[in-house]
Amino acid sequence: MSQKTTLYDEHVEAGARMVEFAGWQLPIRYGSLVEEHHAVRRRAGMFDVSHMTVVDIEGAGAREGLRRLLANDVDKIRERGQAIYGCMLDESGGIIDDLITYRLEDDFYRMVVNAATRAGDLEWIARQLADFDARVTERDDLAMIAVQGPQAIDHVVELLGAPDVASLKPFRSLVHGDFFVARTGYTGEDGCEIILPDGMAPETWRKLVERGVVPCGLGARDSLRLEAGLNLYGQDMDRETTPLESNLAWTVAFEPVDRDFIGRQALEKQKSEGVSRKLVGLVLGAGGIPRQGARVVTDAGDGVVTSGGFSPTLERPVAMARIPQAAGDEAIVELRGRELPAQAVKLPFVRNGKPREGLPS
Amino acid sequence: MSNIPSELRFAETHEWAELLEDGAVRVGVSDHAQEQLGDLVFVELPEQGETITRGEACAVVESVKAASDIYAPITGEVVSVNEALNDSPETVNNDPYGDGWLFTVKPGDDNEIDELMDADAYGEHIEE
Repeated sequence: MSQKTTLYDEHVEAGARMVEFAGWQLPIRYGSLVEEHHAVRRRAGMFDVSHMTVVDIEGAGAREGLRRLLANDVDKIRERGQAIYGCMLDESGGIIDDLITYRLEDDFYRMVVNAATRAGDLEWIARQLADFDARVTERDDLAMIAVQGPQAIDHVVELLGAPDVASLKPFRSLVHGDFFVARTGYTGEDGCEIILPDGMAPETWRKLVERGVVPCGLGARDSLRLEAGLNLYGQDMDRETTPLESNLAWTVAFEPVDRDFIGRQALEKQKSEGVSRKLVGLVLGAGGIPRQGARVVTDAGDGVVTSGGFSPTLERPVAMARIPQAAGDEAIVELRGRELPAQAVKLPFVRNGKPREGLPS
Repeated sequence: MSNIPSELRFAETHEWAELLEDGAVRVGVSDHAQEQLGDLVFVELPEQGETITRGEACAVVESVKAASDIYAPITGEVVSVNEALNDSPETVNNDPYGDGWLFTVKPGDDNEIDELMDADAYGEHIEE
């Protein structure tokens, strides 16, 4: 039996096409995926992300525990409400999950982890933090709504009567009554993610709908994050890949050198021996759409498409692919027995609602 | 509620077939199918002159999220393909029984189209 979020009835009443995702019933789209996608790039859309797992870490040893647990360093976030993105690694440097960690108080942190990895994450976190004075609490009493797009912040400020939200910098959060509002997201647009009590979610959702914020499904969430060059756990990275092979080297804090985070030794070894693979963007012309698993042929050997699809903003096929480090920019994607020329590019494909400058025509 | 024109025949895999005056059969996907597929962004059609076999994949339609095979509703030789879909695949969504047709086939067996479902039977089929 799959679970329903507290917003399930809202989705069904809106005529959403529901699918099972990570054990949850969630909308894949309400009407047109492409229109939902454009609503986020041009105005404001929202996503029910209540399936994501919120974990609170509290206690005198929380900070030291997280400095051991995470490849990024929570000491980089000094301000109350500040957030940091990074990976939780195993001893061999493989990615267990990617997550955002918020510093709520000096001894109180909040993590948001993927629903698909929930059980393993919770077990791992509890085991690794067992020797620290830190209490781990899964917050399954909370819902989460991501409001994204150039007009998203205006809507949330007016809805909540919270002008402070407008002055939040990226990766900062605040508490407004029962609402936890963070200037974060998974679309590449401005916006925020609201964590709120389950019971308040339906009314908040309906008020946002009345304001003209467009409900968007998992389909648009995927096409938006792909355009934004944001990895999806389980596709673009997993236990078999390290952050250094996943375009996430920037999320690994090797400094200070005496911080002994899990996976550090493996990553240092990989770094000194040379990282053999890289995660890049691919842009293609007409002729087909690359999908996960498609073979990528380069001058330095074969790679594989990790995520692929059609970019509504670029109006062309794009993909993320893991290819040999030494590969040049020209590649071939094999699709249904045909060879599609592709060009490797730096991610993201889209920035601030527009194709990134310098993409090949 | 899906639109199901009474003059068309349908395959279980949601293709429609229409017998034209010159004996060729025009093929497309049903309104129900385009709704299930979502916004189409790419269509890969068979080659003109190619022989296609009933029940076998002969074309691909792709949405933002996924690729789906189109199965030949009858056996025959492809006599024309809807080239306009290369530039505007969304026509399949907007007009699945009209400008969104995929290709026409010269049937190997003129009676094969009669083995497909009529509109009533197809209506029941998609209710299931």
